[in-house]
Amino acid sequence: MKFAVIVFPGSNCDRDMYHAVKDELGEQADLVWYQEANLADYDAVLLPGGFSYGDYLRSGAIAATSPIVEQIRAAAEAGKPVLGVCNGFQILLETGLLPGAMLPNEKLKFMCHNETLIVENAETPFTLQYEEKEEILVPIAHGNGNYFCDEPTLERLRENKQIVFTYQTNPNGSAGDIAGIVNEQGNVLGMMPHPERAVDALLGTDDGLRLFQSILTYWREHYAINA
Amino acid sequence: MPSTLEISPETIEQNRLYADMGLTDEEYTSVVDILGRRPNYTEIGLFSVMWSEHCSYKNSKPLLKKFPTEGPHVLQGPGEGAGIIDIGDDQAVVFKIESHNHPSAVEPYQGAATGVGGILRDVFSMGARPVALLNSLRFGSLERPRVKYLFEEVVRGIAGYGNCVGVPTVGGEVQFDDAYNGNPLVNAMCVGLIDHKDIQKGIAAGVGNTVMYVGAKTGRDGIHGATFASEELSEESEEKRPSVQVGDPFMEKLLIEACLEVIHHDALVGIQDMGAAGLTSSASEMASKAGTGMTMNLDHIPQREENMTAYEMMLSESQERMLLVVEKGREEEIAAVFRKYDLEAVAVGEVTDTKRFRLEHHGEVAADVPVDSLAEDAPVYHQPSRVPGYYEEFQRMEDYKPVVSDYTKTLLELLQQPTIASKEWVYDQYDYMVQTNTVVSPGSDAAVLRVRGTNKALAMTTDCNSRYIYLDPEVGGQIAVAEAARNIVCSGGRPLGITDGLNYGSPENPEIFWQMEKSVDGMSEACRTLGTPVISGNVSLYNESFGGQAIYPTPIVGMVGLIEDISHITRSHAKAAGDLLYVIGETKAEFGGSELQGLLEGRHFGKAPELDLEIEAQRQNQLLTAIRSGLVESAHDVSEGGLAVALAETLFDQELGCDVTLEGDLTSALFAETQSRFLVTIRPENKEAFEQAAAGAREIGTVTGDGMYIVKQKDVVMEEQTSVLKTAWKGALSCLVKSKA
Repeated sequence: MKFAVIVFPGSNCDRDMYHAVKDELGEQADLVWYQEANLADYDAVLLPGGFSYGDYLRSGAIAATSPIVEQIRAAAEAGKPVLGVCNGFQILLETGLLPGAMLPNEKLKFMCHNETLIVENAETPFTLQYEEKEEILVPIAHGNGNYFCDEPTLERLRENKQIVFTYQTNPNGSAGDIAGIVNEQGNVLGMMPHPERAVDALLGTDDGLRLFQSILTYWREHYAINA
Repeated sequence: MPSTLEISPETIEQNRLYADMGLTDEEYTSVVDILGRRPNYTEIGLFSVMWSEHCSYKNSKPLLKKFPTEGPHVLQGPGEGAGIIDIGDDQAVVFKIESHNHPSAVEPYQGAATGVGGILRDVFSMGARPVALLNSLRFGSLERPRVKYLFEEVVRGIAGYGNCVGVPTVGGEVQFDDAYNGNPLVNAMCVGLIDHKDIQKGIAAGVGNTVMYVGAKTGRDGIHGATFASEELSEESEEKRPSVQVGDPFMEKLLIEACLEVIHHDALVGIQDMGAAGLTSSASEMASKAGTGMTMNLDHIPQREENMTAYEMMLSESQERMLLVVEKGREEEIAAVFRKYDLEAVAVGEVTDTKRFRLEHHGEVAADVPVDSLAEDAPVYHQPSRVPGYYEEFQRMEDYKPVVSDYTKTLLELLQQPTIASKEWVYDQYDYMVQTNTVVSPGSDAAVLRVRGTNKALAMTTDCNSRYIYLDPEVGGQIAVAEAARNIVCSGGRPLGITDGLNYGSPENPEIFWQMEKSVDGMSEACRTLGTPVISGNVSLYNESFGGQAIYPTPIVGMVGLIEDISHITRSHAKAAGDLLYVIGETKAEFGGSELQGLLEGRHFGKAPELDLEIEAQRQNQLLTAIRSGLVESAHDVSEGGLAVALAETLFDQELGCDVTLEGDLTSALFAETQSRFLVTIRPENKEAFEQAAAGAREIGTVTGDGMYIVKQKDVVMEEQTSVLKTAWKGALSCLVKSKA
């Protein structure tokens, strides 16, 4: 399986994402500079964390205007798994691929530590290897991770089982304790916690590795066999 | 206001305008002698910044010479952007610490942020990828609203910059003391990793080669920052807010990636960042080191503002700028690398064989001076030194004997002292995990990062107990180095070397100069005994606030150690109930400069704790051998607050309990700050082997699973739930910050 890790100016978790896929998952990954990408060649698209364009204007807002977004949109429409983590999630929100917006953390401070997440939907391409209601430990590191959407949207997210991860103890004030959501089709996941930081027990937790393994399982079941 | 260009050399001399720039009459006369004529306004500006203490070390040079700077594994000692030490496999570690005290005192967010930016550039300009940031901070009493503001904003500034550039802030220290009420200290350290073949130097070699400017445009910010950093803070300091630069971490991130790409280009000859004294220092130092000269045409300097004068451009300390020397004719190849990152690389000058530094602006010569006179020929002062009266008085004092009746209550109070309390409120704001190498995160003795692709890891720490140094600079200086080494050893590493961040008051005060002299002596001796050469550093003097109140002498030690195998990585937290607790090193009734003394007396006095460097080295070697043999579960150095605090900190992570029996005077056994001690836990089956490896280690009890902190001496003398102690320790700092002063 071939993963594209999109690198925007100011991305800073790009290498971590690359190593997670290449070294821990054992699949092919490329760091793809946002201007040089041809995503048609890839099976999945990963939008890493960081501070694209310095978070200037709004987190993710400027990256969401780059031409590459049309290719990301095409990949999503083609049903390929698209994962946005932290700033990647913010970019997905700004492009409208996922509903809602990000506010500054409730306590107005950047926060970095491990959080216990609850897997709310274990049937997405990203969570096949988890059990529903399973508790997993994954780091967060963000200043603007307070997810917001209006009540009807939140209701719709709940009804469609689009809420994939919630926080056991809400650290940032996000609506519905949301840590990660998928689109209606289920192939675009945005999450604030960093699964790519949780792939090696030496660093404290490897609970995030199964997210990448899930993508691989999903791909094998849906594409590799047909190919 | 007339244009600065119009001020004639005669006016500068008659009105002693050079004095406003920090030059003395004698220094001005030397400049006239060097040039054989009166300097113009731009030229005197060049000399004033390059001859400032911040750039020239004119008051500290004689002391810095005392440091041992060599060792078989040192690849680059002091003199370049940062020092470099070999870690095997053709890899090396690059590190340096730098102060940003004065800017942080008047504009804490930007002061701290640009401190981080500057130290990052020192490291990546060597060709190394920055892998970790640390810091060492000192503030006054948190009861003061201004101090609280400085503390919150400095932490926010460090976080704002470090988090954005994607370099983890993995460790550091924060201490609070009235001595820093008017003058906080903000020292930032950066650690980088490099392959030997990629090591770069800041040299302007090859006559005819092109000088290129990269990065942010030059504005009027930070003009005379280096001079500002070389004088006492005063009520007028607030007016120098324009001397504080504004940082752009996004620009820095682009620069890091572009520079780390360009170092692999064979058209690159030399690279250096523009730090203090901006263009002036980077350009003149690069030429001076190469034995060449340089001509620059200032019309080509990218400018943020209109009508900037030569003086303003040369003295600006705008951030995120680099200077490159590139083979002639290949400028476009280099520019193309930067263009990818939306950065402009502009040719601004040429390397010459004249050994002169010549600046042209609007078709005229704006400055023409011998390049070595700026970078090498600053005056050196041997300041007089005098033993301070307070020191003699402290030495004559009877040993301080504190009286404690309720040991548990005292421990609870100590755990809430801001210097001891958990720093989670601080480090939770730092991204300490990005780059995914952080094995031991903030909160243990040292931070540990794996070296990806190898079995090695790096341990790193910053340390300095300035109270001991105030009481006795020589012994205190030794302790600072020894304590840093203890933290590295407790983490399973062999100390490799140090970077020093020397912070003092005014060197023109003989009693302050004596503190500088003695503490450097002490540090040097410890570095020699412990085998940790000084490979880089920074001096910050004139840390005094209104009314001549100098800070405690604060020479911060930034140390990096090598962990040969990740299986040796050790934390300070006890792992399991049933493990045995050992103390290495005997305890004496030493309370001078202790946390307990501060708690009970509200000040520090008397003698600093003693230190025997030979014993220190021996114990560190023994402990490291035991750790490498797999005999040690956890190791923690016994420091502020003594054994009682070290024991509590050892148990906090999993809220384990302990059943400990102590001998002798309990106040000393629990709270004395005797040096060269370690608290270690081992598995019972390793008892015999450990006792053999660490001769003199005493078993004091066991780790228990009931979460009760119990200390006995015949009867139970302390009994408290670990969770209660932890809650007090964990919440104290955020409580102090939130409380309304």
